Amino acid sequence: MPDIIFRDGSICQNEWVVVPRPENGESLTIPEQPALIPADLWLENRDQFAGKRDIGVWLDGHDEPDVLADHVHELPLVAINFPKFSDGRGYSTARLLRERFGFKNELRAIGDVLLDQLQFMKRCGFDTYDLRPDKDIRKAARSLNFFSQGYQAATDTDLPLFRRRAS
Amino acid sequence: MYVYDEHDRLMAKERVAQFRDQTARALAGELEEDEFLPLRLQNGLYIQRLAPMLRICVPYGMLRSAQLRRLARITRDYDKSYAHFTTRQNVQLNWPAVEDVPDILAELAEVEMHANQTSGNCIRNTTTDQFAGVQADEIADPRPYCEIIRQWSTFHPEFAYLPRKFKVAVNASEKTDRAAIQVHDIGLQIVRNESGDLGFRVHVGGGLGRTPMIAPVIREFLPELDLLTYLESILRVYNRYGRRDNKFKARIKILVKALTPEGFSEKVETEWAHIKDSPTRLTPEAIERIQGYFTEPDYAELSNATDQLAQQRFESRAFDQWLQHNVDTHKKPGYAIVSLTLKETGTPPGDVTDQQLEHIADLADEYSFGEARVTHYQNVVLADVRQDRLFELWQQLGPLGFGTANLHTLNDIICCPGGDFCALANAKSIPVAEAIQRRFDNLDYLYDLGNIDLNISGCMNACGHHHVGNIGVLGVDKKGQEFYQVSLGGASQHDASIGKILGPSFAQDDMPDVIAKIIDVYIDKRTEEESFVDTYRRVGISPFKERVYA
Repeated sequence: MPDIIFRDGSICQNEWVVVPRPENGESLTIPEQPALIPADLWLENRDQFAGKRDIGVWLDGHDEPDVLADHVHELPLVAINFPKFSDGRGYSTARLLRERFGFKNELRAIGDVLLDQLQFMKRCGFDTYDLRPDKDIRKAARSLNFFSQGYQAATDTDLPLFRRRAS
Repeated sequence: MYVYDEHDRLMAKERVAQFRDQTARALAGELEEDEFLPLRLQNGLYIQRLAPMLRICVPYGMLRSAQLRRLARITRDYDKSYAHFTTRQNVQLNWPAVEDVPDILAELAEVEMHANQTSGNCIRNTTTDQFAGVQADEIADPRPYCEIIRQWSTFHPEFAYLPRKFKVAVNASEKTDRAAIQVHDIGLQIVRNESGDLGFRVHVGGGLGRTPMIAPVIREFLPELDLLTYLESILRVYNRYGRRDNKFKARIKILVKALTPEGFSEKVETEWAHIKDSPTRLTPEAIERIQGYFTEPDYAELSNATDQLAQQRFESRAFDQWLQHNVDTHKKPGYAIVSLTLKETGTPPGDVTDQQLEHIADLADEYSFGEARVTHYQNVVLADVRQDRLFELWQQLGPLGFGTANLHTLNDIICCPGGDFCALANAKSIPVAEAIQRRFDNLDYLYDLGNIDLNISGCMNACGHHHVGNIGVLGVDKKGQEFYQVSLGGASQHDASIGKILGPSFAQDDMPDVIAKIIDVYIDKRTEEESFVDTYRRVGISPFKERVYA
């Protein structure tokens, strides 16, 4: 199994497998190991999946996080797909899941995940990062910590710099 | 002017270290070209037609003399000893080497400068009126709000990969709009409501480029403290729903149009309802803290030097002309606002040499409390000059190349670098500007014509703001040949409008004649009080068409 990066820069074995959206006519096949399935298919089969600790979901760039609003406590892991690293929708999706819908379990970045975006992802609430395999995972810790702080409030801190300066 | 504290300094240093690391990885082949692209763009680095180009940020146009001197040194050490002031109040270097850029950024950071987010699909430099803080009729100094927006937008983790670039401008005067806010992605007009509270009228979805649009108002009054939460809501709606499938339809103006201003506004308000009371809401203390950096300089108690100036004007006609055209009224008695024009015929508009940068620094120190401002007309302003020293200042400007008294005239051309430098351009723009300036070389004639904005862009991206020029010139490519399309009637102030295309395009050599014919029609048709754009609005485009294509 490939490795996965944690927000503190540590690296662990990845146990989760991303199940792609089935092609037309095909049915969803759930593997033996912990699996992430498309969020809408999870919702359709919620009776079967809810509360299972080894079934999570993934959202694509254009998916609305609102669909999970009532189910955030039933999901052990939500992954957000970056179809292309330069497609920034996933950052908003992540913040909404965290800050608006109160998702507390693991939030993971998947897809075109590169090194130089990791710190932004961390600030927007991602816990784990499935780095694209051709990138050097040993450089992740450095990329996660280029900046010691930020100007804005985000998922990682409630306090924008202007409030920290005041105290 | 804003001064970095330990937080700003630390982040500036960390940014340089980050880009050094990224550049090293790019040069080592660890980053693909398309992966390095947004990283270098967000540090100001373009790869241009002839060489890389580095766009250095001048937040809302303000520069200290020490920064000007550092810029001069950088152009000598890393470039060809000149720089270019842009239409968004920034500075560009045309010839840096890619591997030197981290060192240049480190040198900039030492004087509290940077190139953050001067390019790429992110929130760009926030611009404002170059007369901010010194004009009598402004509702509040816009610069503290620009600085607040600068900090909020710098390295914003959610908005670094927007569908397209994003530009915010702030204006504070009710009568003028030198920041051209209605052609920005977000235009903020500082206003007071009926109860006297300070706030903003929020325009969203203006822009030039391929689909020029005047920004509609999506909120008539936004209370001051809600500025950042509201901006965050607009950006979030745009980040999530702006088009990413087609670069030419990716600006927020297309989204606003598709949803209608009402529909867009509704989406923003819904988003805002969730976050308006979040910790991102500004506090009066936070605003006061930033305002504390923009207090008045140590003005002397003076009265207007009316008699002295009258005498000097009587003695020198050239000084009289310069005073009329390049000097504006200051809010403080005894002071004046001076515009140094960078539009001497034969010099590309906005270009300055290393020595000129140092001269501006010296003049700023001697006459204007050590500060200078870049304008979107590509000129430089000394905002706080004593009236009793205007004559003395003026005498120095001519030899330095800043004294041409052509501000706001036909020759005060806004012009992008064009095909001489820019990889995107369809056509050259600088030689066209120069040919027009040579044709109209009589200052008295120019003064008689009054204020005319002539704006030239070398391509559809409209860096030269051609759509909002009273006369706009756009370089187009016709089967590999450079041609120029002319539009009339554009305006960028409170009466903002998009110019109308006159007709088929012209060869470069014909351009001075074409402009001359347009001017002739104006002279024939105008009434005594009318400016060029007034006459155009009254008589329409037909008389111009008939004359030019006769």
